[in-house]
Amino acid sequence: MHKFYTLLVREVRSYFHSPIAYVVLIFFLLVAGVDFYFQVSFMNQRQVQYTVQEAFFNSVFFWFAFVLIFPLITMRLFAEEFKLGTIEPLMTAPVRDWQVVLGKFFGALVFYLVLWIPTLLYFAIFLRITHEPAAHSVGAYLGSYLMLLLLGMFYLSIGCLTSVLTKNQIIAAVISFCTITLLFFLGLVQYIRDRAHGDFLSGRDRYAAYCVLRQHDHRAADSHASGISISKMEALING
Amino acid sequence: MIKVENLTKRYAGQSAIKDLNFEVGQGEIMGFLGPNGAGKTTTMRILAGFMPPTSGRATIAGFDVFSQSLQARARLGYMPENVPLYNDMRVNEYLVYRAALKSVPSRRVAERVGDVKELCGLKEVEKQLIGTLSKGYRQRVGLADALLHEPDLLILDEPTIGLDPNQIRQVRELIKNLGKQHTILLSTHILPEVEMTCGRVIIIHKGRIEACDTPDNLLGKIRQAGGVVVEAKTASDNGAEELKKIPGVRNVMTAVDGEWKIFSLRVESGLDVREQIFRLATDRHWAVRELTQRRATLEDVFVELTHPDLV
Repeated sequence: MHKFYTLLVREVRSYFHSPIAYVVLIFFLLVAGVDFYFQVSFMNQRQVQYTVQEAFFNSVFFWFAFVLIFPLITMRLFAEEFKLGTIEPLMTAPVRDWQVVLGKFFGALVFYLVLWIPTLLYFAIFLRITHEPAAHSVGAYLGSYLMLLLLGMFYLSIGCLTSVLTKNQIIAAVISFCTITLLFFLGLVQYIRDRAHGDFLSGRDRYAAYCVLRQHDHRAADSHASGISISKMEALING
Repeated sequence: MIKVENLTKRYAGQSAIKDLNFEVGQGEIMGFLGPNGAGKTTTMRILAGFMPPTSGRATIAGFDVFSQSLQARARLGYMPENVPLYNDMRVNEYLVYRAALKSVPSRRVAERVGDVKELCGLKEVEKQLIGTLSKGYRQRVGLADALLHEPDLLILDEPTIGLDPNQIRQVRELIKNLGKQHTILLSTHILPEVEMTCGRVIIIHKGRIEACDTPDNLLGKIRQAGGVVVEAKTASDNGAEELKKIPGVRNVMTAVDGEWKIFSLRVESGLDVREQIFRLATDRHWAVRELTQRRATLEDVFVELTHPDLV
């Protein structure tokens, strides 16, 4: 446990010793901040059926930033050790493989959580200024952040894996980005399929509707025609 | 301390090492020589527990390097080739981190880190980032790291590569001193260094052990151990031809320095032909300004065993 802790601390420190931590932090907080600002100002302008918290975690460009941070956080974990050769002193020290792997994984997780801490401030500030909570209940906040934690752990573990596969950080990042993006948007496939299916249905429906309508139209046309003739007759009658 | 039995490592069908067998006793300093690509680093990596052998067995202090890897690793200090280090850490910070990884009890960490810094001369750079250190200091950090947990065995892969002559001397002294308490397995290309420091030498070539003996015995064994250098004015005579006729002389190389000719003679081991050369010179009335017996070096042994064409 002591060795795991030692490895974890080194990993977290090395994030903050490298510029990548600050680049990711700035990029991420910029996107999150802009997102929050736009959501709130949008809601100021019109009546909506959702809360600030729902809007914040649901916007598209927020999710794009979200899938982008995992490759950036995890690409260096193992690939850098392979590249520098530091994996050799590391693995020839009397440490177990799981201690190294978990040390790196949880190191990345700690950094990921640090990334999220400032977003808590948004809601606090919102509450302080508007005196209105940004969500329906405390449970909504807990649920959102639990989702971020679990999803984060899942995607970080994918990133760890791709980092082991190569000594090139760029390749590790590209593989993990593609995998994570694919998994993240896999739900869309269902959506698109449903849509396509739905279109087909509605097409058929439209055809059916068209048939019905045509019948109706015929009838309508008949009645229309008769209507016209009636009105004509009426007009004629009325003179 | 080290026992290697039929150790074989294959990479993608190619054997890096084949059926190595050797032992290193407690307290020995063993030199590990061979041309580049001979399998030295592979052998050392297997011993250090970095990768498993394809077949065969190696034990360190009785612990199998593969199945009892943790115990074996706890007893050895390994310094890899080119000393990979984290450039973003400071020397002190790195050594403390490594001490914790190597199970040095926390109350002893400060003491051990202090000791190895003292021993390797790292006091003046202890607060510096490793990335800013010169090659010599990096090498010393690697050595300090290997020594942190007071291992019984040190495995050093080319500890003096890339150092300047002064630094090589310092490292050599350091290794000699360490040899008093530790068993050392050391690979290097600097052969005079091996002659000076190592009790025994293994010469490995194309994955096989070509020789394993003390430097003195190796020097005695090779065919063309010695040589003689003669500088003479031979007038019109073809000195080289005359010298070649002396029994025991294998070949003669000639260089010219103005009127003087410099002959380098390769002589069979155990023979001293200087007297015959002196007689030849007086018979022919050559003026001689140098007549020196050259002692064979480990370099000759090395070249003979690993690249006989160059002899």
